[in-house]
Amino acid sequence: MPELNNPEDPFTRRVTGPGTTVVATVSADASATRPRSISGLRRSDLLALGGSVAASLSLVTLLFTQLAPLSGPVGFVVLSYVTFLGIYALLISFDESGPVVRDRIVAAVVHSLAFLLLAALLVIVAFTAYRGIKALVHINFFTQDLTNAGPLDPLSVGGISHAIVGTLIEITIALAIVIPLGITCAVFLNEIPGTFARFVRTIAEAMTALPSIVAGLFIYATLILILGLPKSGLAAALAISVMMLPIIIRAADVVLRLVPGSLKEASLALGTGQWRTVWHVTLPTARSGLMTAVILGAARGIGETSPVLITAGYTASMNTNPFSGPMVSLPLAAFNLVGNPQVTSIQRAFGAAMTLLLVVLVLFVIARIIGGRGAGNLTKRQAAQRAKESERDATRFSQRDANTTGSTRT
Amino acid sequence: MSTTAVKPQPDADVKPREVQERVGLPDRIFRGIARASGITVLTIMSLVGLFLAFRASEALRAQGFKFLTDQAWEPDSRNFGISAILIGTFLIALVAITVAVPLAIGTALYISEYAPRRSKQLLISLVDLMAAVPSIVYGLWGLFLLQGRVTGISRWLTTHFGWVPFLHVDGFDSSDPLAGPAGTLTSSTFIAGIVVGLMVTPIATSVMREVFSQAPAGEREGALALGATKWGMIRSVVLPFGKGGIIGGTMLGLGRALGETITVYLIISPIFSVQPHILETGASSIAATIAGKYGAASAFGTSALFAAGLALFLVTLVVNFIAASIVANSRSGAVSDA
Repeated sequence: MPELNNPEDPFTRRVTGPGTTVVATVSADASATRPRSISGLRRSDLLALGGSVAASLSLVTLLFTQLAPLSGPVGFVVLSYVTFLGIYALLISFDESGPVVRDRIVAAVVHSLAFLLLAALLVIVAFTAYRGIKALVHINFFTQDLTNAGPLDPLSVGGISHAIVGTLIEITIALAIVIPLGITCAVFLNEIPGTFARFVRTIAEAMTALPSIVAGLFIYATLILILGLPKSGLAAALAISVMMLPIIIRAADVVLRLVPGSLKEASLALGTGQWRTVWHVTLPTARSGLMTAVILGAARGIGETSPVLITAGYTASMNTNPFSGPMVSLPLAAFNLVGNPQVTSIQRAFGAAMTLLLVVLVLFVIARIIGGRGAGNLTKRQAAQRAKESERDATRFSQRDANTTGSTRT
Repeated sequence: MSTTAVKPQPDADVKPREVQERVGLPDRIFRGIARASGITVLTIMSLVGLFLAFRASEALRAQGFKFLTDQAWEPDSRNFGISAILIGTFLIALVAITVAVPLAIGTALYISEYAPRRSKQLLISLVDLMAAVPSIVYGLWGLFLLQGRVTGISRWLTTHFGWVPFLHVDGFDSSDPLAGPAGTLTSSTFIAGIVVGLMVTPIATSVMREVFSQAPAGEREGALALGATKWGMIRSVVLPFGKGGIIGGTMLGLGRALGETITVYLIISPIFSVQPHILETGASSIAATIAGKYGAASAFGTSALFAAGLALFLVTLVVNFIAASIVANSRSGAVSDA
């Protein structure tokens, strides 16, 4: 094969003699041998894209304003999109083959679907912020409760401080129950494998989609109907716990499964017991992942309305005692406020919803800053710290070695 | 003649050393605590089912088989059943899934195949964030923003496709300009389904993306090396590989859609007869019924609500188990578990 010894081609491996490796020479004319690009954009692609957008928009505008009895922004967008796909396919088919046309159309559809979902997220957040901002600009919205503010009172009176405090109390109680129980259970699933652990894992996974209202019903049936306790913050916290427990178990289980077995084996080989290995090796290695699991679980728990709706009761005034009297959380306050048709009440509802969304957002950002790293992946600072520690150990060892060899010689 | 090797008689003196696993006290305590936590979790989870069944038994005994067939919800006159609200729940979930599946597949494919490498992590975070947005926020958005925009689509659909049985709207006359969307097209199964669909899309997306990104690189490169376009590669490698993930993610989304409460409650105007016309005002769902009726229910009415909750619990459990087993048994699931 003559190409094999083509000296101009940097990509051919030439064999000049047994055991000789020749480094490929880069030829002057590199453009002729560039690898095929499978994702790059060419100018004709951009032109086809821009052209079909312009063509479809003009065509549909013409249809809507002059030719056909059509109206409405939704119809305009949908019709423009369909027309765009058609014109785009036509333009590409002028100079490409069938499979390439299909490839481009699918790429356009996939891009627009992803864009649509992200746009929906943006619209949801922006709409809540836009409607909630009227309530949020009043400082009293965060410092007062609704005891003295009826539905007709202006926004400069009353606020949702009781709901913020209630949310914090409820989620604190719930986390105090769920974190120890959930993480111990996840450790159990990983450390003591067997039929029983597999069974527990199956049940916990099936329970992750437990409808949140059923979790509320369960607490309502046990605590309130059978034990006769009143509706309270404690009941709401327990309902949230039942809902969050499987979510956190599952997330923590996945994180713990990613801890490298070699680390655990190294610890066991050094003579450490199982408990010490878990405490000093497994859990610290998975720390960031576990934090993420807990924070994301808390974000879900804070945002759920339905378990709280059944178990917490509703009050317009501040209640800091979770054991007696109804206690309101942010989603429940928003839900109750939106039930009143008055404008200020609905503005307060959006204000509460936006506050809730901000809390979730903050939790989420914290989770992403802590987490987002696999087990054992360190931040720069942690890595530097580890390097310093091992350097100290190394000098200590070498000093000890020097001392012992010195002492044996003398 | 062949020789037969005789297994040497074990020497009485040479015995394998007995390996005794000596578990120390701290380890025994640790194992005990770990097992106890497993048992606790299992107990809580089974208590949920048991207590629901226990509280529901009164209503179930009183109503018997009629509980599954009756449509009305008047427990105090002993006239109630879940057929209407169960069908309503499924209709909302089906609309939701119809909205969610294309969006989820598109977004998952975009993230795993098309998105620039650097923006991938950001996109994954955004999808996860969308899953964490509280349901009340979705509910307010659906009620105050989406509803007004969607009635236009409902109107168009029923005007042109009203002959399809489930798209028909009673009392809607497209030639009458006064028969606006206000009375007949709001608070429908369709609108609730769209909002719930957006809520479950991120869950389905993250399952599908996970599976798509595990499609073996060798097979992808093989397809590309044979001259496939990107879509050709996706169709012949990624989608067949991710089939289990697509079905499993869809089922998981379905499970969530069935149990969604607050969003549905805010949007629909509840009715208690089977409503097959998804564009028409009036819809029903088990979770929304519980949220709406528990406050004013008598003791027997509460028991009836528990029976409805039990039915919802069982349905979501079955859907979830199917989803989990499909994901676990698919080729992709087997790879990810190994």
